[in-house]
Amino acid sequence: MNPQVTDTDTGGTGYNFAYLDEGTKRMIRRAILKAIAIPGYQVPFAAREMPMPYGWGTGGVQLTAAILGASDVLKVIDQGADDTTNAVSIRRFFTATAGVATTTRTARATVIQTRHRIPEAPLAEGQVLVYQVPIPEPLRFLEPRETETRELHALGEYGLMHVKLYEDIARHGHIATTYAYPVEVAGRYVMDPSPTPKFDNPKMDDCPALQLFGAGREKRIYAIPPYTRVRSLDFEDHPFRVQSFAHPCALCGAQGVYLDEVVLDDAGGRMFVCSDTDHCETRRADGHTGEAA
Amino acid sequence: MARASVDAALARPLTRPLARGFPDPVHDAQGVFRAAMEALSRPGRIGPLVTALAPPAPLTPELAALALALVDADTPVWLDAPLRAEPAVAAFLRFHTGAPIVAEPERATFALIADPARCPAFTAFAQGTLAHPDASATLILAVETLSNDAGPAFAGPGLREATRFGAGPLPADWVARLVANQAGFPQGIDLLFVAPGRLAGLPRSARPVAPEVSS
Repeated sequence: MNPQVTDTDTGGTGYNFAYLDEGTKRMIRRAILKAIAIPGYQVPFAAREMPMPYGWGTGGVQLTAAILGASDVLKVIDQGADDTTNAVSIRRFFTATAGVATTTRTARATVIQTRHRIPEAPLAEGQVLVYQVPIPEPLRFLEPRETETRELHALGEYGLMHVKLYEDIARHGHIATTYAYPVEVAGRYVMDPSPTPKFDNPKMDDCPALQLFGAGREKRIYAIPPYTRVRSLDFEDHPFRVQSFAHPCALCGAQGVYLDEVVLDDAGGRMFVCSDTDHCETRRADGHTGEAA
Repeated sequence: MARASVDAALARPLTRPLARGFPDPVHDAQGVFRAAMEALSRPGRIGPLVTALAPPAPLTPELAALALALVDADTPVWLDAPLRAEPAVAAFLRFHTGAPIVAEPERATFALIADPARCPAFTAFAQGTLAHPDASATLILAVETLSNDAGPAFAGPGLREATRFGAGPLPADWVARLVANQAGFPQGIDLLFVAPGRLAGLPRSARPVAPEVSS
């Protein structure tokens, strides 16, 4: 249809650059701009079917496809790792359809698509972090009706969420929510940070990078602009705390990072290693070692 | 349209050839969008907006670039008086974007403004609702100057520290309008300012903190 769009734009696949058609990209781009202007508010968008099932990151993939340019360098992580199925297949998808450069190094990437982790290395201005979101509505498990949750957001009425956190304390003696821990963005909207461990919540606050969230099945886009106040909900006498780990990473010796448990044998052997594979590899390349290395 | 007027329109010679759109529609649109995304992410920060477009005056190349990148048949566009007065502008936008051109500012998703000093009241445009604050207008103003040394200081999301931003020419009461626009958060309009080769943004979340400093 348009003679100026050549097959070189598409990596030779016959698809438009980054898979989506231009009309879809414009629609997503407009939603992104409104999401940035209203931090934490979930902008409805006409999510498309993608060549992967819902639950595999269709929201994040559509965001990445809409923002990606030929000079971008893309990193994709799944639970912190660059080498798991979801990360590898999404990276290959954009290599094939957009021909963009990819990397596993956090510092080199301009666009980082993530499933459920924020990299340990601090993000910088000029980077965009794209989150894959399954259920964008933080109040959904407390109030199933969209008409009602929309009203609650309109009124800034978040008492339900505080009751939920209070019930945690009444039952367990502490706030037992450990992932998808609700945050308040720029003093207004309560937002679901996607199922990241609450360990990562403090990294969202005052972050120099732009953070975009895409939920494909639920058809919502939301955003945290750079340098925005992101506060994890808590109580004065039960302040928000992140998880802490008794041991450092068994491979690189890192402390103060999020660790995954790895079962080593059927005799109770286990080790704890960095969930962020790039962070761990970078540290080991720099000569840091843990007790199992 | 009546048959006679269609015949008359067809008989009229095409006096000016239609100006071209993006030389590279896919990557040019992406570059312009990223510039706009950056502008609204970091309120008041002045960034580059390079375009090879040569649209019919008084539509500026930068106004045209943002329109071609963001506007289509789903987004009604409002044109200010100087842009409306030149039929080639609407013809250019209709051909390249397919956007409906609307006469009522409150119906527009995007407003293109070539004479920013006479920009209508911000409240004349769609503000969104409390339940759907995204159903609001984005105003794109073609100004002559953009500056971080003049104008009021702004704070809010996207700003690590209060940052001054000024543009001109603008209505004398533009700071008061911005204060009122921000006070209505989450409702309100969002602003993009373009000057030759450059752009900046002020989303509704940007809060003037020193309104006594006027540009």
